[in-house]
Amino acid sequence: MISLGVSAIGQGLLYGLLGVGLFLTFRILDFPDMTVEGTFPLGAAVAVSAISHGISPLIATLLAMLAGMAAGALTGFLTTTGKVPILLAGILVMTGLYSVNLRIMGAANVSLLNKANLFNAPFLKNLPPYFDSVVVGLIVAVIVVALLILFLNTQIGQGFIASGDNPTMARSLGINPAHQQILGLVVGNGLVGIAGALIAQNNGYADVNMGIGVIVIGLAAIIIGEVLFGELTLSQRLVATVLGSILYRFVLLLVLALGFSANDLQLLSAIILAIAIMVPTMEHKLRIRRVLRNGVQHND
Amino acid sequence: MTDVQLQVENVAVNVAVGDTARALLKNINLSVKPGEFVTVLGANGAGKSTLFNAITGDVPVAGGRITLAGHDITDEQPERRARLIARVFQDPKMGTAPRMTVAENLLLASRRGKRLSLGSRQLNARLAEFKTLAAQTGNGLDQALNKPTEELSGGQRQALSLLMATMTQPELLLLDEHTAALDPHTSKAIMTLTQAIVSRENLTCLMITHQLEDALAYGNRMIVLKDGQIAFDYDAEAKAKLTRADLLEYFG
Repeated sequence: MISLGVSAIGQGLLYGLLGVGLFLTFRILDFPDMTVEGTFPLGAAVAVSAISHGISPLIATLLAMLAGMAAGALTGFLTTTGKVPILLAGILVMTGLYSVNLRIMGAANVSLLNKANLFNAPFLKNLPPYFDSVVVGLIVAVIVVALLILFLNTQIGQGFIASGDNPTMARSLGINPAHQQILGLVVGNGLVGIAGALIAQNNGYADVNMGIGVIVIGLAAIIIGEVLFGELTLSQRLVATVLGSILYRFVLLLVLALGFSANDLQLLSAIILAIAIMVPTMEHKLRIRRVLRNGVQHND
Repeated sequence: MTDVQLQVENVAVNVAVGDTARALLKNINLSVKPGEFVTVLGANGAGKSTLFNAITGDVPVAGGRITLAGHDITDEQPERRARLIARVFQDPKMGTAPRMTVAENLLLASRRGKRLSLGSRQLNARLAEFKTLAAQTGNGLDQALNKPTEELSGGQRQALSLLMATMTQPELLLLDEHTAALDPHTSKAIMTLTQAIVSRENLTCLMITHQLEDALAYGNRMIVLKDGQIAFDYDAEAKAKLTRADLLEYFG
């Protein structure tokens, strides 16, 4: 039971990167980036293939990040220069990546059995089971979140936030929102590429279908973090997203413990996300109704 | 030194309506001196906003040339022109980033048109300066520096937009009916602030307005647009003699 919890924390931290990557586009720039459903397995495919070819796991993970960034840049190019609507641009790249991922792996599923990976690094050897994913996840999450907080507080970071908040205003100040959109897609998908690489190494295999539904997992992390912690600064919300991702894993554990099959997970994920999105709106409506009811009585 | 700040030469703007092209601006010529405050009048569809959009680069010109402070900006992208031109929109929501604080908005505006770097934004070092700047609005903006702008009133937001547009002393200030969305009292306060800033910074300014009183009371030149052309152009002396009744005739 405890090991299940530890595993959930580890997986939550690793998937947290996916949430943080999506946060840049979904919450700061204000659009859902479907590319991630292709870049997540792309990161996995690149990392697993690179490791199979004898490349060190660390370099393989960085290659996965670069591949993710390239995919993000492609979506960015399609939507800014090509004027393809952002949702469709993401879907196009995601669909194309399915074939690319098959080419990279040479099969639908590639195992990492008996190969070196980040989770069997020497310093993780003496840990109890599943703690390796917690340690690796924590290290990566801390580094990534810290770098992003630093970035958001730079001049470019502020321009990035502004162009998501009000593109007209950003343009009138000389900031090109199209450039910021590409930046968000490149960095966001780079992080999702890392997430895919880490999850594949942790699971011991890459599968061409492992991207299905990951946008829902990432968005669920963001929204659970928001529902849980309420009003936060942008920097705090990045941390809340990682915590939301961990909590999401526990919700899934609970659901499985209730007797649902693993095959039901996608449906359950979608339902959990839908509920998490609806809760704040319904809460708001209820509060207004309460205020209106009380207000009339007290006012003369 | 040139005695012309803004030169609009033979500028035409067309839009496609179905298969036919319609002229929004018909070879407009306008020359504005440094420090001139021009009020721009005209009925809906006369081409006032199109003239602004042509100057900022938000609509492509079909012909002609636009020069500002010695720079030929005709073919420059809107983002590039932002280093020279600041615009305040009618909708108070257009000019500020809603989820960023007042101070963060001011900080961004203080770097108008400059290349942003990966250096720290250095907000704290400038808070005192921003507080003084915001205090001149007289509407409590200086007490709200750390509030997101979505929590401000329309008047505060518009005052902030005005500060953001003028704090870097742009070569040209465009006011696009910037008080039209405000109540009469707030509108007057914003106009008083506008006049104070424009005079103090000696800004060259074009102001679109539908308020005939404002058009008469402010500025030292007035142009009236009609059907995409400048129908009348009054200098300070002629403008001073105009009455509300004269103006009503143009819109009758």
